[in-house]
Amino acid sequence: MLAFLAKRIAIGLVTLVVASAVVFLVLEIVPGDPALLMLGMNAQPEALAALREEMGLNQPVLLRYFGWIAGMALGDFGNSYTYSSPVLELIGERVLVSLPLALISLFLSTAIALPVGIFAASRRGKPADTISMGAAQIGVAIPNFWFALILIYLFAVWLRLVPAGGFPGWDAGLWAGFKALLLPAIALALPQAAILARVTRSAMLEVLGEDYIRTARAKGMPRRIVLWHHALRNALIPVLTILGLQFAFLLAGTIIIENVFYLPGLGRLIFQAITQRDLIVVEGVVMLLVATVIAVNILVDIGYAIVDPRLRTRR
Amino acid sequence: MTPDAPPPSPPPERHFLEMAFANRSFVIGAIITILVAAMALLSFLWTPYDITHLVVADRMKGLSLAHPLGTDHLGRDILSMIMIGARNSIAVAIVAVGIGMGVGVPLGTWAAARGGLIDEILMRFNDLVFAFPALLSAIMITAIFGPGAINAIIAIGIFNVPVFARVARAGALSIWPREYILAARAAGKSKALITIEHILPNIAALLLVQGTIQFALGILAEAGLSYLGLGAQPPMPSWGRMLFEAQTRMMIAPHLAVFPGLAIVITVLGLNLLGDGLRDLLDPRLRRER
Repeated sequence: MLAFLAKRIAIGLVTLVVASAVVFLVLEIVPGDPALLMLGMNAQPEALAALREEMGLNQPVLLRYFGWIAGMALGDFGNSYTYSSPVLELIGERVLVSLPLALISLFLSTAIALPVGIFAASRRGKPADTISMGAAQIGVAIPNFWFALILIYLFAVWLRLVPAGGFPGWDAGLWAGFKALLLPAIALALPQAAILARVTRSAMLEVLGEDYIRTARAKGMPRRIVLWHHALRNALIPVLTILGLQFAFLLAGTIIIENVFYLPGLGRLIFQAITQRDLIVVEGVVMLLVATVIAVNILVDIGYAIVDPRLRTRR
Repeated sequence: MTPDAPPPSPPPERHFLEMAFANRSFVIGAIITILVAAMALLSFLWTPYDITHLVVADRMKGLSLAHPLGTDHLGRDILSMIMIGARNSIAVAIVAVGIGMGVGVPLGTWAAARGGLIDEILMRFNDLVFAFPALLSAIMITAIFGPGAINAIIAIGIFNVPVFARVARAGALSIWPREYILAARAAGKSKALITIEHILPNIAALLLVQGTIQFALGILAEAGLSYLGLGAQPPMPSWGRMLFEAQTRMMIAPHLAVFPGLAIVITVLGLNLLGDGLRDLLDPRLRRER
C-alpha cells in the first residue's frame, strides 16, 4: 500500500510540474511581453519598466520559471497588479466561498444520485426505473447556468425565499452564508447528479448479474442486505472514477455559477482577472485549480484501494 | 435446386435498419438531431426576420403570431436568433470533435500499436490534459488572445483529444490480440498498415458513439463559454450569450431566458439519445443484455 501511495504521489507531482510548464509557456512566453499585454499599448514607459522589473522579465526565461515555481512552493504566488495585494491573500479570501460551494454541491449530487441509481437498478425495466432514468437523461442535457437562472426566477424573484445573488460573508452568520450558497450549489449539483445516477445504475446492474449475488440470494439473504452490503461496495469503483472526474467539472462549473450568482469566489476572481488582463492572478488561480484536480485524482486512486483490496497488490 | 427452397436471409443492412427503427432512443435522438441540423441549415436561406434589423419599438414582446417566441431587448425575433445560434453551436461542436478525433485517434492507436514507453508517456499526457477542464484552457487562451469563437473551438477541441486517445487506445488494444491481426503480421504488414486496414474499421463504431457524446458536451461547453462572454462575439447570435443577455431582464421578460435554454436542452438531449441508441445498436455485447 505504501509503495502504491508513493508511486501515485510521484506521478501526481510530475504531472503538476509539467502542468506548471504549460501554464508558464502559455501565459508568459506566448504573449512575448506579458507586461505590455497587461498594461496595454498606451502604457507609460516608466510603469512598463517597473512592472517588467517586478515580474522579473529582465531575467533569463529558465531562471524566471524556476523562480516562479519555487515561489509558489513556498507560498508566494506574486502580487496582483489590479488589487495590489498578494495573490495568495486574494485566493485565501475566495476559497472560503468556492470550497464550501463545491463541497455542498458534491454532497447534494451524491446524496441524490446514489439512492436513485441503486433504486433504479433494483427496479430494472419497471416504471420506476424508466421514469428516474428518463429524468436523469434530461438532467444531463440541462446546462447548469440555465438551471441556475430558472432557480433564481422561481425561488428568488417569484417566491422571494433566498437572495438572487451576492454573498453576505461568513461574518453575517453561518445560516446567511449557507442560504446564499444553496441555490448555486443546487444548480451545480443537478447535472452532476444525473450523470452519477446513470453510472451508479449501470455499475449496480453489472454487479447484480454476478454469481456471488445469486448465491447470496439463494442462501436466503434478504434482498436489501444483498443490495446495500454486497452489491454496492463492488459497484462503487466506477462510481468513484466518475466522482473524481466530476470534481474537475465541478471546479470549472463554479467559475460559471459564481458569475451567475455574483459570488466572490475563485471563479469570479479568475474571470475578473482575465478582463483586467491580470496575468499574475490568472496564473496563480489556474495552478491552484490544476493542483486540486491532480490531488483529487490521487485521492480517488487511494479510494479504489480502500474499496477494493485487490487493487492494492495488483499495481 | 428445388422451387420451395428456403428464402435467402435478408441482407445484413436491412436487418440493421430494422433494429435501428425498433430502438426508441435511436429514433427519437435521430429525429431531434435531424430537426436541429435542418433548422441550422434553413437559417442560411431563410429566417422569419432579419436579425440585423433592430426594431426598438418591438422590444421584449411576449409570444405572438408575428413572433412565436417573442422578441429580445433590441426588438430582434427570438426564433430567428435561435435558428442562427444553432449554426454557431453546431459549428463549434463539430470542429472541436474533429480536432479531438484528428489528434486523439492517431495518438491512441499509435500508443496501442507501440506499447511500452510511448504508451506510458501518452497516458501521462492524457492525465495532464484532463487536469485542465475546457473552461480553464479557454480562460488561459482568452487571457492572451482575447475572446472569440475560434478560441472556444480550440479550448473544447484540446479537451477532446485525451478522450478520443483513450477510447481509440482501449479499442485498439482489444483488437490487437485477434487472430486475423496475427495473420496480417505474419504476412509482413507493417503496424501502421494494420492499424489503417484492420484496427480503425473495427473501432469506428466506438469512435462514432464517443463522437456523439463529445458533440453534446461540446454544445454544452460552447454555451457555457459564450454565456461568460468567452465564445462567439456579438452580433453573431449564440444560445449562451442570449441567456446572458436575458439574465438582467428576467424580472420583466422571463421568456427571454426560456427558449435559448430549451434549445440547448433539446439539442443535447437529442444527441445523447442518439449516442445511447447507437451504442445499443453497435455494441453486440450490450445488445444481448437487453
